[in-house]
Amino acid sequence: MALGSILPMTNVRLAFADESQPDFTFAYISDSHIQHIKGTEFVRNWDRGLERAVAEANLMQPKPDFVLYGGDIAQLALPQEIDHGLEILSELNYPVHYVMGEHDYYLDNGEYWSKRLGPQWYSFDHKGVHFVVLNSILTYDSWMNKWSSGEERMGVMAGLDDPRGSPFMVGEEQRRWLKADLAKVDKSTPIVVASHSPLQKIFKNWNFWTEDAEDVQSLLQPFDKVTVLYGHVHQIQYNQIGNISFYSAMATAWPWPYPRTYAQAGNLMPELVIPMNRADPFFERDGTGWQFIDINDGRVAANYSLTENQPRIVYFDKERGHPVDAEYAGIETAPQLHY
Amino acid sequence: MRKLMLSGGLIAGAALTAALAGLSAQADPFDAEDVEEWQEEYMTVVADGRAAFTDPSLGTNGVVCAQCHPNGTNVHPETYPKYQQQLGRVVVLAEMVNWCIENPLEGEPLALDDPRMVAIQAYVAHERRGVELAPGKH
Repeated sequence: MALGSILPMTNVRLAFADESQPDFTFAYISDSHIQHIKGTEFVRNWDRGLERAVAEANLMQPKPDFVLYGGDIAQLALPQEIDHGLEILSELNYPVHYVMGEHDYYLDNGEYWSKRLGPQWYSFDHKGVHFVVLNSILTYDSWMNKWSSGEERMGVMAGLDDPRGSPFMVGEEQRRWLKADLAKVDKSTPIVVASHSPLQKIFKNWNFWTEDAEDVQSLLQPFDKVTVLYGHVHQIQYNQIGNISFYSAMATAWPWPYPRTYAQAGNLMPELVIPMNRADPFFERDGTGWQFIDINDGRVAANYSLTENQPRIVYFDKERGHPVDAEYAGIETAPQLHY
Repeated sequence: MRKLMLSGGLIAGAALTAALAGLSAQADPFDAEDVEEWQEEYMTVVADGRAAFTDPSLGTNGVVCAQCHPNGTNVHPETYPKYQQQLGRVVVLAEMVNWCIENPLEGEPLALDDPRMVAIQAYVAHERRGVELAPGKH
């Protein structure tokens, strides 16, 4: 890993003087979209992205305590895709906590994923922080049952812009579980929630969206320090809604354009976000990468480690009360236009 | 096609009548039905383009255009022709479409007048409609 991406982490860490919670770091890898071709062949480009993230995460100093995987190991939820992705991820020298993505789910209701990885939602405690993992990519039963096969259903949901898709949601059963889980937690305990889709509404057309986001947020708002980490969007996003800070993950596979580049529909992209530059397709890892997350006094600093670009750090600014991009904050530079 | 020829014949007849009558010819040699039909033809090709955009058989590895370009975004057809700095020359959009077919999709390039190439361009332009033309822009 480049030395340059280590130094800023230290700088950000120093900015937090009155620490009452222990600091720690974990790696955050997401959206590998391992795609089977035939036989033993997989799409080389996506394999390379995940392999690189795994290799870099293993070289991290200081060592992360664990890895959070943000969902979409596979492209079409095929067992051979999940197996191949987990084989690459098995090279990690750390324990891994997995989040369910829609590309892992819609073939078989996530059965194969669960067989390999366990429950689709769960919580755990680490160094004074309460972590919650949600399956946020569920949808209406009526939609689940309208297709002739799991393959057809997965094919439709795999098309980000397919108008036959359906909005993601956490659902009532899981929200009841979340409420019960959080009832045991002191309000001053920092909470980190990991989901695949953003637990906020940004752009419905591409499911940068969770239908019951407000209901989930209302369960989280009573806590002093809440962070939501999400995948799915393949781009850097961050936001603050009440007590909840949001940070997205980049994909290891390919970057997505920001919703504003679609000329036919409006979007609710958080105004805080300074977008990534448009990726250069001639450099196939451009705009992709992985993250490591520093937890400082229960707050998050997201270190975006981009393969072909300058690293970026987005951290919770105590004075401003929301996530701030360490380099671009206060700089009146318009982001690059999407051409 | 027969209907198109028929309406062409009617238009010629109407123009002749107008000329014989010594009237100034109205530059309006088609009616609403024609326009609807042409629009349908266009939208059929746009739909073909969407189909090609999500068709794994365009390449060899199962990757499709829409995977990286939902709703045809980040194709920016309004900026072509332009100097494509990675290729070192001015190109039309179709050449970049072929670049994508050959690289991320690991497929064979299409002829520039291949119906699928025409359809892909119709689709991405349609998804970008309303955006100002900006040839050469980066």
